[in-house]
Amino acid sequence: MYRYDEFDHTLVAERVATFRRQVARRLSGDLSEDQFKPLRLMNGLYLQLHAYMLRVNIPYGCLSSRQLRQLAFIARRYDRNFGHFTTRQNIQYNWIKLDETPDVLAALAAVEMNAMQSSGNCVRNITADQFAGRAQDEIEDPRPWCELIRQWSILHPEFSYLPRKFKIAVSGAPQDRAAVKLHDVGLYLRPNGAGVIGFEVIVGGGQGRLPYVGHTIREWLAKEDLLSYLEAILRIYNLGGRRDNPQKARIKVQVNALGAEEFRRLVDEEWEQIRFTPQLTVPRAEIERITAYFADPAWEQLTDASATVARQRSADPAFDVWNRANVVAHRRPGYAIVNLSLKAPGIAPGDLTADQMDKVAELTDRFSLGELRVSHRQNLVFPDVQQVDLQALWQALQGVSLATPNIGTLTDIIACPGLDFCALANARAIPVAQDIGRHFTDVAALQDIGELTINISGCMNACGHHHVGHIGILGVEKNGLEFYQLTLGGSSGEDASLGDRLGRSISAAEVPVAIEAIVTRYKALREGEERFLDTYRRVGLEPFKEAVYGQNPPRRQAVA
Amino acid sequence: MALIREGRLVPDPFTDASGLENLPAGVPLIVSLEQWQTRRSALLASGQRLGLRLKSDQPPRLIAADLGYFSVIALEFPKYRDGRAYTHARMLRERFKFAGEIRAVGDVLQEQLHFMHRCGFDTFDVTGPDPEKAWRTIAGDHTVAYQATGDGQPRALDLRKGTGP
Repeated sequence: MYRYDEFDHTLVAERVATFRRQVARRLSGDLSEDQFKPLRLMNGLYLQLHAYMLRVNIPYGCLSSRQLRQLAFIARRYDRNFGHFTTRQNIQYNWIKLDETPDVLAALAAVEMNAMQSSGNCVRNITADQFAGRAQDEIEDPRPWCELIRQWSILHPEFSYLPRKFKIAVSGAPQDRAAVKLHDVGLYLRPNGAGVIGFEVIVGGGQGRLPYVGHTIREWLAKEDLLSYLEAILRIYNLGGRRDNPQKARIKVQVNALGAEEFRRLVDEEWEQIRFTPQLTVPRAEIERITAYFADPAWEQLTDASATVARQRSADPAFDVWNRANVVAHRRPGYAIVNLSLKAPGIAPGDLTADQMDKVAELTDRFSLGELRVSHRQNLVFPDVQQVDLQALWQALQGVSLATPNIGTLTDIIACPGLDFCALANARAIPVAQDIGRHFTDVAALQDIGELTINISGCMNACGHHHVGHIGILGVEKNGLEFYQLTLGGSSGEDASLGDRLGRSISAAEVPVAIEAIVTRYKALREGEERFLDTYRRVGLEPFKEAVYGQNPPRRQAVA
Repeated sequence: MALIREGRLVPDPFTDASGLENLPAGVPLIVSLEQWQTRRSALLASGQRLGLRLKSDQPPRLIAADLGYFSVIALEFPKYRDGRAYTHARMLRERFKFAGEIRAVGDVLQEQLHFMHRCGFDTFDVTGPDPEKAWRTIAGDHTVAYQATGDGQPRALDLRKGTGP
C-alpha cells in the first residue's frame, strides 16, 4: 500500500492548516457562505439537508486497518457513530459540525488520508478494481498508475476549476469491476499486438441526467505517455467543455457534441505539443518507487487448500452458501479474496457503524495482513485471507452482521443516500433497498436467481447508478409523492450498457412486488446458466413489461 | 481595485479601455480583442504602450502572431469558477513564450492566486481591504507541488530520490 513521504505529508498538512484558517474566517463572518462554498468544496465538505457532509477519499479503494480504526474514531467523536461507503470508493460522514471539520481533516492526515477534491469541479478520487493485485484474471496491477494519477491530479494549478467534476477509473483485468466505461476517463491496462502493456483510453462515459457509455479514443497508449495524454484530454475539456449549463458541462456532452473522432483529433493535436515535455515525463525511479509500495505482501508459502474448504463446506450448508457468494479465487495458492457484504437485510447499503469498523479492523489484522479494500458496489473486501482461515473468518463476520451471503445477487443493492439525507433527491432510496432486502431473504433462492444487480437512485443525478443496474430503480416525484421508474438491462461491466425504461413508474410499496414478478419471469425464460442480463438481452423488454404491468396492472398507490 | 505584483501593491500605469467607446490618447492602454482587430493601425501609429484584454472564450492562439505588440495580456475571469484562463496563461507562457505581464482580472479570489501564479500570471487585480496581507497569508500555504508548470517550481516527483518503502 502507498505510504506518504515527507512531500505528501507536507502537502496535506498545509491544506489542513489553510482550511482551519478559512473555517475561522467563515465562523467570524469574514467570509460569506457564497465565498466559503468553493473553499469547503475543495475539501470535500457539502451542505446537505440537515447538516454538513464530509466526503473522504479512499484512494482506489485501499485502506489499512490503522486507517479504518481512525475512521471509526471520527465516526464516534465527530459524527453519529457510523459512516457511509459510496460508489466511488469514498466514505461519507453525514453529521459533521463545521467548526470541527479542521480537526477531522487533521485526524485523517495523521493516518495519511484526506478529503481533497472529493467534491468541486476538479479531478475526483481515482477509483480502481477492488481486487487489484489479487485477481486471477488481472493483466497488471492498476494501483501504481492510480497513485501516479492521484498525485498528478491533486491541486493541479490548471485543472482545479474545470467545467464540472471529473472522474477517472482504472482496471487491470479483462473483467471490469470498476465501471470503467461509465467514467469521464476510463483506463484499461491492455497488451498491444507486441505484448507490451499500455492503456486503452475511454472518454466521455457518465451517468446523471444524460447517461453515456464512454468511447475508446485510443486503443493503446504507452505507459510513459499517460500523464501527457491525460493532460491533453483535460486541457481540451477545460477549454471546450460547456460552462453555460451545469447539466451539460461534463466531458461526455462535449465528446458527444463533437463526435468521438473529432474529440480524439483535438486531443492528439494538443498531445503532440506536450508529449515530450519534461514537465509531463515521470522519472523511472519515481515509477519504481511508487510501484514498490504495491509489491506482493508477505504471503506464506502455502499449497491450495480447496479440498479442506470443500470438506468444511459440505459439512455446513450456510458456510457453503457464503463461500459461493462472497469468496473469490486468489492468484496466490492457499489464499482467497473475501467480500464483506454491507447489505445485510434492513441496513442502508454501504453503512458501517463505528463498532463494526473497529471489529473489521481487528479482523483485517488477524485474517488479511492488515489491509482491506472498498468496492464501488459499496462492500468491503479482505484481499489476503488464507483458505484455511475462511471458516473462522466467516464465523467472526457473522458476529458483526457482515457475513450476508449476497454479493452479486439482487439484495447486493447499490443505493444513493436519497431523500433521507440528500438536498438534491426527489425520493428516498434507502428504504426501497431495505424493503427489497427484507422481501428476498431466502439465500438459496437468491443464489438460484444468480447474478443480478439492482441499483437505486433518488433522483436523475443517478448517484445510485440506476442506468447501469441490471434492474435500475429511479426515484421520481409527482405531485409531492414518491414514485419509482424501473429500467432493465443496464450493465457497468466490460459489456457496459444503459438500461431501458420498463414502463410507467410505480409506488415504493409496489417495487418489491415488481422485482418479484421480473425475477419469476426471468426464471421461466432463462436457458441453462444464463444470467438475468443475458436473458434480458435475448428476449427484450416485452415479457418483463407484461410480467409487471400485464393482465393485472399494479394499483397506483404512493407513499406521501 | 488594486494591482498586486510579487506581493506588493503597485501602481497600474495602464488604463483599461476595453469597455470604452473613445480611447484616451497618450496613456498606456489595455484594449479588447475587438478594439485591437478594428483599430489596429491607429493603435500602432499612436505609439502608446499596449495591453490586450482577453475574455475567457478568447484563447491566446487567436492572437499568437500579434503578441509582440503587447506589454500586458489581461486574462478575464468572468466568474471565479471559470477556469479557462489558467490554460490560457500557460499557453501564453509555455507555448507562445510571452514574456510580458499576464494579469488576472475579473472575479479573482485571493485563494486562487497561488494556482494563477503557477500558471504564469504575475499581476492580480484583486479586491479586498488588504491585498498585501492576503498575499502573504496564502504565499506560505503551498510549498509542495505535484505538477510542473512553466514557473520552474520542481515537482515532488523530481525532488524524491527514488527511495521507496
